[in-house]
Amino acid sequence: MIVRLFFRGFPELADLVLQASGIAKSFGGNEVLKGLSLDVERGELISMIGPSGCGKSTFLRCLNFLEHPDAGSVRIEDVTVACTGKHWSRANEAEAHKLRSHVGMVFQAFNLFPHRTVLDNVMMAPIQVKKMSRDEAQSIACELLAKVGLAGVKDRYPDSLSGGQKQRAAIARALAMKPSVMLYDEPTSALDPELSEEVLSVMRALDDEGMTQLVVTHDMRFARAASDRVLFVEGGEIVESGDPDLMFANPQEGRTRRFLRTLL
Amino acid sequence: MKKLFVLLLALAISPVSIALADAPAASQELLWASDGEANVPYVFHDPAHESQMTGFEYELVNEIAARMHRKAKFIQNDWDGLIPGLSRGLYGMVLDGIEMTPEHKAAVLFSRPYYVTSERIIVRHDQSGLDTMDALKGHTVGTIKDTTAERMLRRQGGSNVRSYEEETNAFSDLRNGRLDAILLDAPIALYYGSISPDMKLVGEPIGSMEYGIAFSPENRALRDQVDAALGEIIQDGTLHRILARWNLWTPLMANYTGDNSQPDIAPTEWDHYRQAMANTTGSGWHVLVRRYVSFLPLIGQAALMTLAVSALAMVLAVALGLLLALARHYGAAPLRFVAGVYVEVVRGTPLLIQVLFIFYGLPAFGIRLSPFMAGVLSLGLNYAAYEAENYRAGLLSVPRGQMEAAIALNMTHWQALRLVIVPQAFRTVVPVMTNDFISLLKDSSLVSVITLTELSQTYVRLSSTYYDYFGTGIMVGLAYLLLGLPFVRLARMAERRLGRGFSGTGHH
Repeated sequence: MIVRLFFRGFPELADLVLQASGIAKSFGGNEVLKGLSLDVERGELISMIGPSGCGKSTFLRCLNFLEHPDAGSVRIEDVTVACTGKHWSRANEAEAHKLRSHVGMVFQAFNLFPHRTVLDNVMMAPIQVKKMSRDEAQSIACELLAKVGLAGVKDRYPDSLSGGQKQRAAIARALAMKPSVMLYDEPTSALDPELSEEVLSVMRALDDEGMTQLVVTHDMRFARAASDRVLFVEGGEIVESGDPDLMFANPQEGRTRRFLRTLL
Repeated sequence: MKKLFVLLLALAISPVSIALADAPAASQELLWASDGEANVPYVFHDPAHESQMTGFEYELVNEIAARMHRKAKFIQNDWDGLIPGLSRGLYGMVLDGIEMTPEHKAAVLFSRPYYVTSERIIVRHDQSGLDTMDALKGHTVGTIKDTTAERMLRRQGGSNVRSYEEETNAFSDLRNGRLDAILLDAPIALYYGSISPDMKLVGEPIGSMEYGIAFSPENRALRDQVDAALGEIIQDGTLHRILARWNLWTPLMANYTGDNSQPDIAPTEWDHYRQAMANTTGSGWHVLVRRYVSFLPLIGQAALMTLAVSALAMVLAVALGLLLALARHYGAAPLRFVAGVYVEVVRGTPLLIQVLFIFYGLPAFGIRLSPFMAGVLSLGLNYAAYEAENYRAGLLSVPRGQMEAAIALNMTHWQALRLVIVPQAFRTVVPVMTNDFISLLKDSSLVSVITLTELSQTYVRLSSTYYDYFGTGIMVGLAYLLLGLPFVRLARMAERRLGRGFSGTGHH
């Protein structure tokens, strides 16, 4: 933490794994993102909070181009994708494809592939996308499943798992591609509190290993306790950003204060 | 998916090569066509040996071919397709009791007549008085469509004329009282009307007409060769001998050929036919059993043909349907449009028209398909449209998040479709596909119109030969059922396999 605060004073020295700048997006005249920018240091765990429809999920989906921004650019590791104008070109898609190799994503609805076993879900992308051998993919997948506590259910189909197990399987699936950055879109919103805890503890463990993670969440306890930084997003812009304890205890902006007060 | 492409490609290419192999011009055989379904005594399946062809025209052609030092090869075609097949070049000539009327002469080239005959009246055995044209007025009279008999009845007027495609149907209707009398060509009258105890020929032969061998108007050379051979056969008395054996030599023929000799020739073929029919049309359960057992190999062969056509057509339909569905769901705008038009056009036009169009229409563009390929292609292309809509619904049923998860894992669109979307879509469409296959199996009966000897054609042939629409119908119906059953079971297995991981509850 001290080291990071130190580097923040000297941005040229910081190891920024992700840089987004000027991300704008509108849906049919409705401006959802008004030019958001964000620098993420390697190893950071950032929580994005804000009211429903504030644009935080859309912003997250723009970072791996599941949503095509109207303007702005994203750099992750050494790949940069820049959007100009409404047109999403073939070259854009090719660059986005490269960029996605550094990003893993976890969804609210898990989106596991129901026709494949848990193990196959984790092995599929390494084999198909990275052309990894089956044996290698399997050993990586088994290791990851053990890590998220699912070694015992690897041969089951997703449908037979609990929500918490499904989400942990989804995390293992994303990790199998060895991403630099993990994006979580409301990973625990569909889960009961005790099941949420299974998922959040996995995310904390990843943080301890130095994984860079961006989490869109409504779980304020997690945001406050686990994050290195919290972003408060409202009306398509980042209203306030900072240390979680400072922000929750003493928000600087009136809008942040109002939002946090409604939650209490 | 690659395999599907290869298969499609193979299917697309193979008809061309097959068509080339089929080209009749290359062969030394004398290809000729007739409608040999219950076409006694012209060309028909010998009731004693169902797989053998016989008939006085059949013998005549063999004699002609022998004189030309060629081998005759018979090609089965529906009556309605005989002349179109001639102009298509499927075969060189047609013999099927075709009357040399001015209308026919305008359409085809004829040899000299090979038979001269007249019309006869047939009634139920207990009827009397209906023995002249005049007497037929005020009664319901059956005949064959587009024949001299039909024109005579219509010209005279006063009778309720019913025109049939198949003479056997007319005889059935005479038996069951829908008709009071039948007027048709003497050879048919003799072979159908005089051998069963419940019908009889009455009155004198009426009028006269001539049968000629039909050729394409462009094929004058073949006509001249055949005509010369026919002339020889008439001159040296061979035709007389053939006809006498069939009990078909008449004063009209003597008059036409100038051959008034009365050689002692036994009507062996006529006796053979009557004997065979007596054996098979007799009553008693053992006769029936013997007959039905003799049908089994024919129905088995026909069932294999039905199965082959249907299965190949379904493979084509599944592959092409999937491509169409993907094009409509994920393709670029022009591709979507083309696929949409295809589906609408194919679904909006009758399958029968498509079958005839592909078989008889495409040769105009140099694409000649064998009946088998044409059948597979027309059924496959037709069902592809239905499968496409089916798969589209299946693709829509897969949640959007599945594609997003695959893309987020850095799969390409194509990989996502192949590995994630299509397998899940298939699961929901298998029950509908099973239905479609059963229905395709039944629709394959339509390809009987392009001379493919499958189950339905065999049914028509056997039932009309023996007037037995009931027992034969049950046998053929059973064959269809038996063909369908394995697929229902196969589909259940596929459903179970694809259904793994879907308990039906609790997944998003």
